[in-house]
Amino acid sequence: MFEIFGIPSQALFGQLLLGLINGSFYALLSLGLAVIFGMLNIINFTHGAQYMMGAFCAYLLLQYLGINYWAALVIVPIAIGVFGILIERLFLQHVRKLDHLYGLILTFGLALIIEGLFRNYYGSSGQPYQVPEALQGGRNLGFMFLPNYRAWVIAFSLVICLATWFAIERTRLGSYLRAATENPTLVRAFGINVPRMVTLTYGFGVALAALAGVMAAPIYNVSPQMGSDLIIVVFAVVVIGGMGSIMGAIVTGFVLGIVEGLTKVFFPEASNTVIFVIMVIVLLVRPAGMFGRTA
Amino acid sequence: MMERILDPLVVQRRREANVSFVVGFAIMVALFAVLPFVAYPVFLMQVLCFALFACAFNLLIGYVGLVSFGHALYFGWAGYLSAYAAKTWHVPPEVAILTGTATAAVLGIIAGGVAIRRQGIYFAMITLALAQMMYFFALRAPFTGGEDGIQSVPRGRLFGYFDLSNEMTMYFFVLVVVLAAFLLIYRIINSPFGEVLKAIRENEQRTISLGYNTDRYKLIVFVLSATLAGLAGSLKALVFQLASLTDVHWTMSGDVLLMTLLGGLGTVFGPVVGAFAVIAMQNYLAPFGQWVLVIQGVIFVVCVLVFRRGIIGELAHFLRVEL
Repeated sequence: MFEIFGIPSQALFGQLLLGLINGSFYALLSLGLAVIFGMLNIINFTHGAQYMMGAFCAYLLLQYLGINYWAALVIVPIAIGVFGILIERLFLQHVRKLDHLYGLILTFGLALIIEGLFRNYYGSSGQPYQVPEALQGGRNLGFMFLPNYRAWVIAFSLVICLATWFAIERTRLGSYLRAATENPTLVRAFGINVPRMVTLTYGFGVALAALAGVMAAPIYNVSPQMGSDLIIVVFAVVVIGGMGSIMGAIVTGFVLGIVEGLTKVFFPEASNTVIFVIMVIVLLVRPAGMFGRTA
Repeated sequence: MMERILDPLVVQRRREANVSFVVGFAIMVALFAVLPFVAYPVFLMQVLCFALFACAFNLLIGYVGLVSFGHALYFGWAGYLSAYAAKTWHVPPEVAILTGTATAAVLGIIAGGVAIRRQGIYFAMITLALAQMMYFFALRAPFTGGEDGIQSVPRGRLFGYFDLSNEMTMYFFVLVVVLAAFLLIYRIINSPFGEVLKAIRENEQRTISLGYNTDRYKLIVFVLSATLAGLAGSLKALVFQLASLTDVHWTMSGDVLLMTLLGGLGTVFGPVVGAFAVIAMQNYLAPFGQWVLVIQGVIFVVCVLVFRRGIIGELAHFLRVEL
């Protein structure tokens, strides 16, 4: 046992780990927001509700159908992604030509509906979700105790983030996507079905949120309001990173998670507000965000 | 002095707009003067406070096209400060209200100064994040009373004479203040300043190229909107004798957006009608618990998809007048 700046190493690394976990979720969620914003020009206010649905879906599958965590990890993002596609077809496609503001209000309304429905049926209290058997327990690293499940969450979300980055920045499909973001009319002229691509992109962004929800289920309690508080922090993360780049969203997410964790150790009173304070500072110094391009 | 030459058609339309405003305003005053004798005054005072809140919000969203998602910040914090001043410093109600309103103005200058650095969607996210930050501050700060809020705030005697603990006196005091603020907002949007605001809404780049410093206009109107929202919040704290976390939470920012949207963005009377409708709905649907949230969500979706003009906007369109 040793101390750093008068803080026992156990506490420091423990909070650092928690920060990394939060950072994984910030990264996954802000990544989804950035992907959706790039194609649809909509800030998806429903993102938090879709993350919550992901967690609930995993919980319900386990509770009523006995489907375990690993299967949920595949089924849930697909199911919620399809739900997202329905939302895009039913609602969002009608506001694409209007002012940004309507997309924001529409998705906000949808978030209220989803959250309200879940609160009606499950109340405000949280439901526990068991850590899958293979990931129970943990290992002692000498300077701290590392629960297996948490290590898994960090590693897996890192893999997903990097895979998404690779798909968008380095593949042919990704280049179509980026081209359609810049100039949809021209890309259509090349015979690419842009509206379908928009729909699928939204579905993919929503699936990322749902995946984050499944991974969060064993860590946090599964509750109807788990998404709405988180999404505001993620908005601040997005403003700090700027939505210009995919990598920017990922890096900012992880870094801010760690910063938040460290604040919990050194100055606990400010841990809830530190991200917002950073946002204000970034806006004063670099209004376009750390990785943003000026519009 | 340069003589201003106006197109006769413009003059006629302005005169029509003035007439429809006077008629609308007369109906509103008459209704609010009679209603307290038939309906519960506290409910009506709640409507009035929220009507003012929504009008202040509409000044920003309806006339400049800036979507603030954090107006609960000014409403709620003004409430805290006016409640604190009345309860702890024992100041008379008019001073308490001024304290709250001034707090909102200062917060508006700070938050507005930061938020107008980005446009559109970012603006909404920044205002939301700033409001959430101050929500956490309200949760932790010692003088706000945390989860309990500031309770049993004395209403006191207005100018040392009118006893506001009488519901009717309180009601007419709130009514006078709200109507005065309403007229002020009407004056602002019909002033040369207001015309510049509308120009920014329609085409900001072009307004800049015409030589207007749009950032300054945006900041001024942001502070005005925050200040008037603060006035509404201060009044509400005295009416309910309570300042609590509900008023600074982001759901409150959503509520005021709902009122404005439902009543009609960029209409003079829309926010008042919207506030009435939403408050009535929240009161009557309270027994149905979380369904209120679902219904509010549905109203948002319907308003955006098929009903973008709102109640008053549709009415004005139908009657072919400005309301």
